[in-house]
Amino acid sequence: MPSFGFSVQPPQHIDLDKNYRAIFDFIKENEPSFQRCIYCGSCGATCSAGNFSQMSLRKVNLLISRGQISEVKNLIDNCLLCGKCQLVCPRNVNTRKVILLIHKALKMPLS
Amino acid sequence: MPRIAVIGGGIAGMEAAIRLSNLNFEVDIIEKSFSLGGNVNNWHVLFPDHSPARLLIDQLKNQLRDKVNILLGTEVVRTEYNNQQYILHLSDGTRLTFDAIVITTGFKVFPAQRKEEYGYSIYPNVITSAQLEELFQSEKPIHTADHRMANRIAFIHCVGSRDDKIGNRYCSKVCCVTAVKQAMEVAQRNPGSEIFLFYMDLRMYDRHFEDLYFQAQTQYGIRFVRGRLSEVSEKSDARLYLKLEDTLLGKPLRLTVDLLVLMVGMEPADNSPQLANLFSIPVGTDRFIQPENFHLYKNRTSRPGVFVAGCASGPKSIGETLADARSAAFEVYNFFNNN
Repeated sequence: MPSFGFSVQPPQHIDLDKNYRAIFDFIKENEPSFQRCIYCGSCGATCSAGNFSQMSLRKVNLLISRGQISEVKNLIDNCLLCGKCQLVCPRNVNTRKVILLIHKALKMPLS
Repeated sequence: MPRIAVIGGGIAGMEAAIRLSNLNFEVDIIEKSFSLGGNVNNWHVLFPDHSPARLLIDQLKNQLRDKVNILLGTEVVRTEYNNQQYILHLSDGTRLTFDAIVITTGFKVFPAQRKEEYGYSIYPNVITSAQLEELFQSEKPIHTADHRMANRIAFIHCVGSRDDKIGNRYCSKVCCVTAVKQAMEVAQRNPGSEIFLFYMDLRMYDRHFEDLYFQAQTQYGIRFVRGRLSEVSEKSDARLYLKLEDTLLGKPLRLTVDLLVLMVGMEPADNSPQLANLFSIPVGTDRFIQPENFHLYKNRTSRPGVFVAGCASGPKSIGETLADARSAAFEVYNFFNNN
């Protein structure tokens, strides 16, 4: 392949036609409260790790539900499992279990 | 006994007429179409309790029976005001004299072809929420226009509402919860289908609405995405390609669906501005009839003896419409008993 001095960016949009839902489905089956998330951001606002990183459970949940998995790992690794998000969640999502399941799902050869 | 004209035979007009006749007024309903019930006739089941729309209309009709004079296929073409009475010239050539008027002309659904970029009446698989409700009348699963099973369905909120470009800045109030209700019905009829709702805000303002939203998420796995549809195009296989932004993730989003449902909002009925003109009562910038006072006198107009109820004075749910009609009947009663 000759070098033309420039590269072509792959499309940056979310493609719901090629949407990767295996992780969403895995978490939903093991912790149904995951589906209740309304992306209000209470969790992200109180997140201990969020003070020092981009971590926000709202963002993680949203990325998983839209199949944008590649961005999840960098965020979720910052979580300290302190559980403050669970205290503030208005929809009673079992957030710590969700986070543990995400860790588990990322290690599994799902794709 | 004073004689009252109720203009519009939808559920607001029927309820107002029932209550007025219970208060011993002589009541005439003047309805331009050939049946009573108005827009509710086109609905299958109602939120939030999934009760049949037919049942509601039948119950109202039963209460009307023999008490109220009903003029179908009739419109008001001219009015005169003389000696504190309104003389209505009707489209059938007759002239009737009334002591008070209740305007219950309701709404029409937004003509979705005006929102051209959404492809309604261009692509056959783009339908309105009112058309979906018609499809619900048969108990069959929902199919596309080209007779395929609809496996992927998207609902678009705020079509013809909250949109300055098409001239409707207001919220139509009931479409949010209607979308959630309809999405759940499609999920029941088409098991395994993927259903998306694209919203700007979810206005689940009344009792049980939030429960429906919760149920849609948890029981039916309906997917809510915040973002307004930008444009639609048709693929060679008659499926539809949607372009939006996921405004929570801040990224453009694309998807293909079998069926696109536009949640059409409310606009004043076609004859509502003319009627307001005939009675010299003001309409708002949204073209709905303006009440004398939004809090205290929401059924009175600037004109003594002319009252308004239901969606003629702005979008309302069925429960709100019926309550408004009752309140209007009581205002009419007060008008005659305090003078």
